[in-house]
Amino acid sequence: MDPVLVLLIALFGFMLIGSLIAVETRDLLSSVICLGAVGFGTSVAFLLLGAPDLAITQVVVEILVLVVLVRVVITRKDETYAASRSTLAVGSVLLVLGVLVAVMFWMFSGSGQDRLRMRPFGDPLMNDETEASAAAPAGQPELATTATEPASIGGAYLKHGLVGTPVVNGTGAANYVMGIVLDSRGYDTLGEATVIFTAIIGAYAVLRRVGRQHHARDVADR
Amino acid sequence: MHGMSLIVKNITRLVAGFIAIFGVYIVLYGHVSPGGGFAGGVILAGALVLIVLAFGEEYSRKVFPHDVAKTSDALGALGFLLVAIFGYMVGGFFVNFLPRGQVGNLFSAGTIPISNLAIGIKVGTGLFGVFLTLALFRRQRDRAGAGSLNGPKGGGPHGGET
Amino acid sequence: MTFSMLPYLMAFLLLVVGLYAVVAKRNVIKVIVGLAILDYGVNLLLVLVGYRRSGTSAPVAPILTGGMANEPGLVAQSVDPLPQALVLTSIVISLSLTALVVALAIRLYEKYGTFDTERMRNLRG
Repeated sequence: MDPVLVLLIALFGFMLIGSLIAVETRDLLSSVICLGAVGFGTSVAFLLLGAPDLAITQVVVEILVLVVLVRVVITRKDETYAASRSTLAVGSVLLVLGVLVAVMFWMFSGSGQDRLRMRPFGDPLMNDETEASAAAPAGQPELATTATEPASIGGAYLKHGLVGTPVVNGTGAANYVMGIVLDSRGYDTLGEATVIFTAIIGAYAVLRRVGRQHHARDVADR
Repeated sequence: MHGMSLIVKNITRLVAGFIAIFGVYIVLYGHVSPGGGFAGGVILAGALVLIVLAFGEEYSRKVFPHDVAKTSDALGALGFLLVAIFGYMVGGFFVNFLPRGQVGNLFSAGTIPISNLAIGIKVGTGLFGVFLTLALFRRQRDRAGAGSLNGPKGGGPHGGET
Repeated sequence: MTFSMLPYLMAFLLLVVGLYAVVAKRNVIKVIVGLAILDYGVNLLLVLVGYRRSGTSAPVAPILTGGMANEPGLVAQSVDPLPQALVLTSIVISLSLTALVVALAIRLYEKYGTFDTERMRNLRG
């Protein structure tokens, strides 16, 4: 049994319990702290899965989210200890989600149709080209080919990303992930910088005070 | 918004510089070791948030004012866009136009360190600006006329913030 | 169902818990917590797809250490770098999204005095 698989299942169990507590508890501060536990578990999961950039980013992002949320929750008193929405609404939501989970269960379990089935854990699509030869039909050994070019995009970035091909220049970055993010797929990073910029400007626009200091009567648009 | 106790202030004086240097290290060495512009930028924002939380808003206005944060956010985004547009000199949008160098050095991988720096500045100061806006919102409300806000609601159970 | 599909299923259950909190909760802060859990579930699911089991027990991260001589071994064993590149930007976007939604929640509290959406519906400003 793969030790990474066992550790990952234990970690996900911890995160699921934490997320259920975060969603169901009545005290808002406890809910935010359980969110911090889930985020920290995600960072450890990224480390177990071989993604150190993501682990660093997830930890520091989690810290900032916790600081912001705790500030919001602590300084504003609110007692919503009443029941949640009507039983019909919650029941229908749970029914739809249950159907969704059942469909996903069927798709992930490998008994679905061939093209919908997910590859088993630890064996991605990239593995198909490490066996570098295609089988030949019986009796004609000269038709056996050697697949020299990777079929999947991740495999192509791994194989040619650093040095490059005669057609495309390589990135030259020892960190393959940053080479993909900033050179091969730089346009997506430009879009992401735009999204962050827009969200920050949206936060400024929502919390802006235009002329409210002059009209003290006019404060809450009554 | 006032600061925190003396112990927190002393520890922040010792530690905040190291956190900022660590953030800059992760941004600059993003193409050689794990990290990159995003993680380093968020760490820089964390150092600035630490200063604001420990010393209060009045002091942090001298160190890093809110307007400087907003301006450097926009300048970082503009810098990233300029790196992309300069690729037109070689062939197209976002083409890596600087020499690659040897793998594993600091000055390698073309325009990737410059892009990392722009993204680090943008993410770091932008998130710090958003945090300042979220934290300072209450204080503006108190200055604007606390009496007239609480009046019509009669200062009910949710009428005030502590 | 084999044991090796269980991580996918549990990450998907995390996503479902977050989705339930966004849809069926009255308190605005609970909705924000659900949104954050939804983000974590999606990022985990994407990175899980790209995991490649290597010969040793620890996975090989896609970073070249020790010069160009190690490159063929890295190409044969490392995990898929493409999902990691996509998730890296997604993590920082979720942070700024949380900041925007928290700004909206602060505004709602200032206007209505409560975080409860049912009470907001009755108050109508």
